[in-house]
Amino acid sequence: MSEVAIVGVGCVGFQPILPELSYKELMYEAAVKAYEDAGVDPRKDIDVFITCAEDYLEGFSIFDEFVPDQLGAVLRHLFTVSGDGLLGLANAYMLIKTGHFDTVVVEAHSKASDLLTLMDVIAFALDPVLNRPLGGHPYYVAGMEMNRYLHDTCTTVEQCAQVVVKNKKNACGNPYAAYGANITLDQVLCSDMFFYPLKKLEISTPADGCVVIVLASEKVAEKLTDKPVWVKGVGWCTETPNLETKDWSKAVDTRLAAEMAYKTAEIHNPRNEIDFAEVNDLFAYKELQHMEALKLCAYGEAGKLTEEGVTARNGELPVNPSGGLLGMGYGLEASGTEKLLEVVLQLRGEAGRRQVSDAEVGLAHAWRGIPTATGIAAVLSNVK
Amino acid sequence: MFGKKRVAVVGAGLTLFRRRMKETGKELSYEASKMALDAAGLELKDMQSVVMGTAPDAFDGVHMKGEYLADGAGAYRKPYTRVFVGGGTGVFTPLAGWWHVASGQFDSCLVVAEEKMSSCYPHPQYAFTTIFDPILERPIGMNLIWIFAIEMHRYMHKHGIKKEDIARVSVKNKGNALDHPCSQLGAKITVEDVLNSEIMAWPVQRLDVSPTSDGAGALVLVSEDVAKEITDDPVWIDGVGWCIDSTLWTNRDLYYPDYVECAARMAYKMAGVKNPPKEIDVAEPYDPFDYKELHHMEGLLLCKKGEAPKLTAEGVTQRDGDLPINPSGGLLGVGNPIAAAGLMKVCEIFWQLRGEAGKRQIPGDPRTGLAQAWGDLMQYGSVIVMRR
Repeated sequence: MSEVAIVGVGCVGFQPILPELSYKELMYEAAVKAYEDAGVDPRKDIDVFITCAEDYLEGFSIFDEFVPDQLGAVLRHLFTVSGDGLLGLANAYMLIKTGHFDTVVVEAHSKASDLLTLMDVIAFALDPVLNRPLGGHPYYVAGMEMNRYLHDTCTTVEQCAQVVVKNKKNACGNPYAAYGANITLDQVLCSDMFFYPLKKLEISTPADGCVVIVLASEKVAEKLTDKPVWVKGVGWCTETPNLETKDWSKAVDTRLAAEMAYKTAEIHNPRNEIDFAEVNDLFAYKELQHMEALKLCAYGEAGKLTEEGVTARNGELPVNPSGGLLGMGYGLEASGTEKLLEVVLQLRGEAGRRQVSDAEVGLAHAWRGIPTATGIAAVLSNVK
Repeated sequence: MFGKKRVAVVGAGLTLFRRRMKETGKELSYEASKMALDAAGLELKDMQSVVMGTAPDAFDGVHMKGEYLADGAGAYRKPYTRVFVGGGTGVFTPLAGWWHVASGQFDSCLVVAEEKMSSCYPHPQYAFTTIFDPILERPIGMNLIWIFAIEMHRYMHKHGIKKEDIARVSVKNKGNALDHPCSQLGAKITVEDVLNSEIMAWPVQRLDVSPTSDGAGALVLVSEDVAKEITDDPVWIDGVGWCIDSTLWTNRDLYYPDYVECAARMAYKMAGVKNPPKEIDVAEPYDPFDYKELHHMEGLLLCKKGEAPKLTAEGVTQRDGDLPINPSGGLLGVGNPIAAAGLMKVCEIFWQLRGEAGKRQIPGDPRTGLAQAWGDLMQYGSVIVMRR
């Protein structure tokens, strides 16, 4: 069975707003960069194209229609995954593993600045009978979850705030990041209380951007590049769509996704075997909760490790060296590919000022945001 | 095919198709999944992964509808993906299920397709007003019937086809659907009935069009090893194909679906089908409008361009003809809950190849079947080739 490698990446953004580019132009520019990076012609070298998008975020009933031209995929084999870009990676990985396809492109983007009512759209993901009629801003769900998580794990609000300080600082070294800043713990703690105990600066701000990834089978990858990044394992899981029955303290979806990815990647001790991780941090506490679910530390230990600087870029286990979503910006369905992009750049040794030393195995993780319990994890390495 | 794994369908389930079902989308998904699992003699715990197919979120008014439907489809704590290619979704969903298993990642996959159109008020057609380009097309206030009228007109003009030739498809399919236990619009009608029905957008008339419906379908897919353990009668997915054409449908010649041909060629190549009309024993091309069945037969290379109306007139496409087309009754007869309708076609091929289609069973000993769906802005084709 062929191994699967990432042979090209392209990114435009992320910026708070990209008024000069329409969603089509955004996709086109990122795709051109990725094809250039991989040295491929989409019109003859790419077997399958995957776009990752949700209709309501695009303002269309069938967004799939508006994808092929700008990706060079006219009269070619393209489809839409209604999910995070990292779920697109999972499907690309499986397609290549069938042995029928050699090259797959995955695209995910965010044109959040086009959305005048993003939070109303997110509220429309709540159960229309049981939850939506309660009204209010949908992120109250995150506040409730954070409260539960802090209570169960004895994690402190300072530890959560430290995640923001670290990630925004990391983002300062990332040209793809929209919201890099040098801020203090106090600034986070004193920012407005939005959804108790979640504060303004602990919530990722949406940004515009697009990431395109080119994947190839072993045979093709070795012809195309000297620096393939191997996909060692992918896992994904949906716990439940019901707020009433989901686990509010542990990210079960992410734990099950990680177990699946680790099994394929033959990772037995994630803490020791993974050199750095890009973990979903849509809300600051989520980075901590996800680190635990990903088995990068014990349950309740993530806050302490963050406080001690273990997860800093020069720490023992760098988490979100890119700046994460708090620093790069929340890229909607491209959130997972923001993580993937950073893992690829780090493993290629192309992360510039952000470069993590001795990076051999990296982890990319995505969560689909409020109100879902869907997590995706991918283990990547620069060693086959 | 060394190193490439075969994938079997071992169970299928289908709910009633109706204009308005009392069940929620989750309940419809559950019902179809349960039926498919029961038919396969398996339980939910045997399913290692789940794939969902469902069309626009705008029908339900639920953002991330795939997430919302997850528990109904049996995806609780399982790897779960929703794929979406417009009207092509129903046939595309089992293709996604295929690679879940063919990749070796999973030994089993539950494929579920659901559509609840009736919650879109006052009519599901309103969900389609937002499928058009917001600058170039939406201001015109167009709907699906209009654009398909344009395509139908072009197809008729190019080959000199009369309305009567096309109406025969509706008569055949609605007649076939009388034998389908899930059908919404099975009826005994005549060509005159079609020609005398209300004009919606010339040349499209009321009886040329499939209805809007609620419904769900499901399939159980397993790897070759598992299939051999649990059944003597697996149906194999031997070819998968899909293709998309340019968004700019106004710049294409609509008389022929190039994207369907491209998808079909991909599936035929994988399945080793060299002469489709000879090798395909039964086909379920997508028929949301009667002319589409003909259009798609041609795109699928089951006959020459412009020849499909003639074959229909000669009875070749009847259940007892040489090339039975839509023995289920198709979307025109059984109903059109978008994603579920596509999967209904795959279910029908499964039942026909297993000899389990009851009163709809085609004679002879069908060994190779095909289902196809079509979607987006007259630009998407998805094709599956199955063998016993």
